[in-house]
Amino acid sequence: MNVGQNKVMELKEAIATFVKPGSHLSIGGFTINRNPMAAVYEIIRQKIKNLHLYVHSNGQGMDELIGAGCISKLEIAYGGNGKFASTCIRFKKAVQAGTIEVEDYTNYQMTLRFLAGSMGIPFLPTRSSLGTDIINRWGFSKEMRKGSPKIPDEKLIEFENPFTGWCDTQKVVLVPAINPDVTIIHVQKADRSGNCRIEGLTFADVEQAKAAKHLVVTCETLCDNDELKKESNQNQIPFIHVDAVVHVPNGAFPTACYMHYDYDPQYLHMYADHAKDDDMYQAYLDRYVYTPQTHGALVELMGADAMARLAADPRTGYAANLDRS
Amino acid sequence: MEYTLKEMMTIVAARQIQDLDIVFCGTGISMLAAMAAKKINAPESVIFFETGAIDSRLEEIPMAVADSRVMFHTSSNGGLLDAFATMQNKITGDHVIGILGAAQIDKFGNLNSTVIGDYDHPKTRFSGSGGGCDVASFVPKSLIFMQQERRKFVKKLDYLTSPGYLDGPDGRTNAGLSRGGPMMVITNMGTMGFDDTTKEMYLSGYYPGITPEQILEKMEFSVDVSRAGEVAPPTAEELRILREECDPQGLIL
Repeated sequence: MNVGQNKVMELKEAIATFVKPGSHLSIGGFTINRNPMAAVYEIIRQKIKNLHLYVHSNGQGMDELIGAGCISKLEIAYGGNGKFASTCIRFKKAVQAGTIEVEDYTNYQMTLRFLAGSMGIPFLPTRSSLGTDIINRWGFSKEMRKGSPKIPDEKLIEFENPFTGWCDTQKVVLVPAINPDVTIIHVQKADRSGNCRIEGLTFADVEQAKAAKHLVVTCETLCDNDELKKESNQNQIPFIHVDAVVHVPNGAFPTACYMHYDYDPQYLHMYADHAKDDDMYQAYLDRYVYTPQTHGALVELMGADAMARLAADPRTGYAANLDRS
Repeated sequence: MEYTLKEMMTIVAARQIQDLDIVFCGTGISMLAAMAAKKINAPESVIFFETGAIDSRLEEIPMAVADSRVMFHTSSNGGLLDAFATMQNKITGDHVIGILGAAQIDKFGNLNSTVIGDYDHPKTRFSGSGGGCDVASFVPKSLIFMQQERRKFVKKLDYLTSPGYLDGPDGRTNAGLSRGGPMMVITNMGTMGFDDTTKEMYLSGYYPGITPEQILEKMEFSVDVSRAGEVAPPTAEELRILREECDPQGLIL
């Protein structure tokens, strides 16, 4: 957090300042929507390794970070990209090859874990996952957990309802809080101090944002400091949580940003093809991530026509009749 | 009238949805079933996504539950916290019908969507639970889509991601789950129910041109087939709505 009034930075500087080798990182978005892709590509360009990533249902951002070798440990509920890759391809390969360590949770559990982190409490209870291997099977060993001060000694704990049967409940599952070193989210509007407005579904971005020690916000539109306060009931994140505001138009591309642009089916198919083969994947990274030095350069590489096809229809918020086959 | 097995599965699921059901849908065929139900037999059902969208107007089929298409013309665009609380809430949750899919299922309707092989050294890794375990833990009834294959209908799951009836009639209560369990499995060959007393899977229906024996061959465990009857094929009108109004671009079908 930083209560200052001007946190505008360049992306390169924001990533170098807040994402360090070994950082515990969380990224917002959900599968093919509002992933902070510009920031993800910048982390890859800066070759920041050994990151411990927390996500719920992530797709593109998570898969690219794993593919580029930035992630060593992952806590996740779902790694998939809908119809484009029902299991994210670099994620799948990395788990099967044993090159990353994974701890499995459910979406609600991950969300409650961020909420607990944002509330400053050690855990929250839920009814989810009683009787399943999500409780029984651990990806991180007890020894590894005991040796890591940033993660709790237990994965999940079954707990008798201490209010003796209140709400017809005998047992709950306790999920431990997450407090990432840094969370990165992409929003439609932010002002210079960091007040944020998300249009459409917020997913778990608000909880992820408020649980973090540091929050980096990338935005489609950078507003003057009083503008978003005119309709403050539409804002979800107040500036006091925010450390850096970065203006990156198309910052979620190739994932969607509601009311601005759709996901790019061509890019996501191209990515999925390249991700299946190690050499082709390296060629993908060279062409689309390393060679364009900035996100703006990647968007330029796509061409104005390609981006125009993705432009959101103002009535629906997505690109109606987009060829998604 | 000619139809594909995918169309049959979608219509069979849609027929299970009633007015005033809140239908939790995932990606793909389950979304299509919810869309079809709304246009065919349950106009007052409510489409609901774990991402937080309630009563989305689906003018085009979404490619994922986070697709911007699910955010259009909703009653509210919240987040995961709202969506799962709605399912866990004993009042609203009672009206939710879940639609799930998985890589493996056992005779008690437990599901694996995490790994094949040893968890620590998996032969195949899948996407993981997502909200699947949450839905299966919370809601009173669910429909499950499965491909009818021996390697998918297994005696023992490699990993139990989402709870069905766990180890039998008292399984859910003993584990601390207060309600729920699957009501029907819909495959590309037929449908299965779960016995009221034993909670074991039985064959409830087979599609035209398919015999119960052919279905049993595609399962590692055997099930009672004495209650099975032929399932009515999709009508011309059901197919027309499915093809022309739900998925005109053929993205799922």
